[in-house]
Amino acid sequence: MFAFTIRRIAQGVLVMLIISFIGFAIKHNFGDPVRELVGERVTPAERSEIRERLGLNDPFLVQYGRFLKDAAHGDLGRSFFFKKPVTEVIAKKAPATLELVFCASLIVICLSVPLGIYSAIHPKKFFSRLIMGGSILGVSMPVFLTAIMLIYIFSVELGWLPSFGRGETVRLFGFWDTGMLTKDGLRHLIMPSIALSSIMLPLFIRLIRSEMMEVLESEYVKYAWAKGVKAKRIWYVHAFKNTLLPVITVGGVQLGIMVAFTILTETVFQWQGMGSMFIESVERADTALMVSYIVVVGFIFVVVNTIVDIVYGLVNPMVRVTGRK
Amino acid sequence: MKNRIIRALALAATSLLLWGASANASTLKLAIDADPVSLDPHVQLSGGMLQYSHMVFDPLVRWAPDGSFEPRLAEKWEVVNDTTTRFYLRKGVKFHSGNEFTANDVVFTLARLKGSDDFKGLFEYFTEAKAVDTHTVDLITKEPYGLVMAMATYIFPMDAKFYSGIDEKNNKPKDLLLKTDYSFANFNESGTGPFQVVEREQGVKTVFDRFADYWDKETGNVSKIVLTPISEAPTRVAALLSGDVDFIMPVPPADLDRIEKTKGLQLVTMSGSRIITFQLNQKRRPEFANQKVRLAMSYAYNNVGVAQKVMKGFATPAAQNSPKGYQGHNEALQPRYDLAKAKELMKEAGFADGFECTMIAPNNRYVNDEKISQAFVSMMSKIGIKVSLKTMPKAQYWDQFDAQVADIQMIGWHSDTEDSANFYEYLYMCPDKETGRGQYNSGNYCNAEVDKLTLASNSETDIEKRAGMLQKVEQILYDDGAYVPLHWQNLSWASKDNMNTQDIVNVMNFPYFGDLVIQ
Repeated sequence: MFAFTIRRIAQGVLVMLIISFIGFAIKHNFGDPVRELVGERVTPAERSEIRERLGLNDPFLVQYGRFLKDAAHGDLGRSFFFKKPVTEVIAKKAPATLELVFCASLIVICLSVPLGIYSAIHPKKFFSRLIMGGSILGVSMPVFLTAIMLIYIFSVELGWLPSFGRGETVRLFGFWDTGMLTKDGLRHLIMPSIALSSIMLPLFIRLIRSEMMEVLESEYVKYAWAKGVKAKRIWYVHAFKNTLLPVITVGGVQLGIMVAFTILTETVFQWQGMGSMFIESVERADTALMVSYIVVVGFIFVVVNTIVDIVYGLVNPMVRVTGRK
Repeated sequence: MKNRIIRALALAATSLLLWGASANASTLKLAIDADPVSLDPHVQLSGGMLQYSHMVFDPLVRWAPDGSFEPRLAEKWEVVNDTTTRFYLRKGVKFHSGNEFTANDVVFTLARLKGSDDFKGLFEYFTEAKAVDTHTVDLITKEPYGLVMAMATYIFPMDAKFYSGIDEKNNKPKDLLLKTDYSFANFNESGTGPFQVVEREQGVKTVFDRFADYWDKETGNVSKIVLTPISEAPTRVAALLSGDVDFIMPVPPADLDRIEKTKGLQLVTMSGSRIITFQLNQKRRPEFANQKVRLAMSYAYNNVGVAQKVMKGFATPAAQNSPKGYQGHNEALQPRYDLAKAKELMKEAGFADGFECTMIAPNNRYVNDEKISQAFVSMMSKIGIKVSLKTMPKAQYWDQFDAQVADIQMIGWHSDTEDSANFYEYLYMCPDKETGRGQYNSGNYCNAEVDKLTLASNSETDIEKRAGMLQKVEQILYDDGAYVPLHWQNLSWASKDNMNTQDIVNVMNFPYFGDLVIQ
């Protein structure tokens, strides 16, 4: 187990290095951040002087080396736009994104499990067909379209929910701005969470349904039926347990993807998290922030996947055996 | 049991939906596409920063709707001699820090402007400001200069005492100008303006409170402004339609109709002063050195049609750079769409069969920039010019523009001086790396007469004569087909209809929020 964990961490570090290199290569070809910092009147000579001062004229590998050296010390650079270290900017924005992802995950879990099980147990019923039809629609609708539709229906037409932003936030532990403790903050959370969950929810319903159906066909379930075990016990205890294993694996990966999907949701709702920050930093060519976002999200992916693999190893001994060789 | 849970959940959901915040009548919730990049007004010369300056600082004078100068911190002014203009400053004006406003602050501010990368170009004709007594100051120029008053609209006095000394946080002077790092001035302000910043989280929101000791007691009743940047246009509009904000700018063209028809909202639009053009590079493409080809392209481009169809009426077709109201605006110049004439000119020039060329344009810089460029390409194909167009985001565009990678390049220009000479200086004078003139002249158009008249106009202080010179340049550029003029982008603001929005907005797009009255 120990060797397995170490190997995973080493792989994770390698992946991070590759991500940072790609991120940096993109940055290098992304255009001139100085353009965004100065007005139109500033002469090329003055601009090049500013570039020199910021170290932007150095060759690619020199800049990348400097970045790695600083990153090893926990310094990912400074954001031109915010005029602060990027770690500070990202730490400030992260709670918004994480709360959004948390709420969306909650919606996904609370709805996909019962709906998935129901449609697996009663595949022919009308409600199951409705769920399946709806999930196709959900999967094929782009997130931003769902988001804009929600805004137009619930904010503009009905006037029930606020159209943008996080609303009132409360500071926890001195650094975490949470919107989950005020009425206003919760009201603001509803639509972005629904929009963000709209991609993952249908996916999970279908996943749980198909896994469950497969398990229900298996020998041990048939045996349980033959033995006369109560239907509820077979469904919710014996079959559901084994359904969960693949769902956990996929769920881990999807959680990472959900963080990436916040880019669209946050932009539409003007949700002040890392996703909208990333888009804006791309528009402003605020390159340090751009690269750091890619690295941080890459880091989340790596961590989540490593944890999933470790947990999976705990649950399923076969993974450990191959890991040990 | 089950029913009770469902009922409880439903109750919780509805009560969550019905919680609403009640609005205070004198609070203005404002949504702009981007918030000010800094609290230091000298850090960037951009529309957003000037909008901010008008809220937190006060200029010496400002533009009135009729193009005249309205006294603000300067009560009156007089020309002392060719190179000196004397300003009599308002007495009893206080900065947000509580310091008294005096002539020293103007001296300090002009010196700081001359040290700013962004503003020093505008103020290069000025040598210094000299305090005559505590409330009188002389602005001195190197040579006679016709735009002293226009430049005075850019002098927003900063609190000299407040910005003096060493900041403890970074051990650097408080008045240090820094674009990318912490500086005292980037995060603290003390101006004389109607509003002071009380809370700011960059990119999230900025809260302004009305300054209790503001000198001008007669205007405006907004006691608090909450500025939220909303970069997505549809979200910005939705926020206004749902009543979450009271005032938005800019309004996307696609939603103009909807806002106009919505009860309780008002839309204000006005022809703007940013000219959109295509430059034809004569050095890259020998065909463009032929005046007839250039003229043919101007004749083949249907400005009026594009303004109506592509811009949905949200633009004013142009045949020159200077919008109405500028000294250089030449009434005689009209859009000249005439396809037959264009074809004939191509034949005369010896290019009846046309030729191929390349073109670049940004796709997120100007309103509908990509669509306009596509329209241009299809119009050029009618006179046999095959244009291969490449569009890109503005973050990459300007480097390509500078490198002149294509034969036709798009550029929009707003004159920082609100004066015609600025267009010629940057877009049409012969490119000269030494002087920086023609810095954005990627057409490489060069005409000695244009250069001569433009330079002469700068030191001409007789308004009639000066207007004559500027209008003549406009005529030369038109006759020469120096570039393809498209249109002036319109400006737009939308708000609830219980405020005097139309009185505070202007063609520079610096709304004077200090004057806003909410009923």
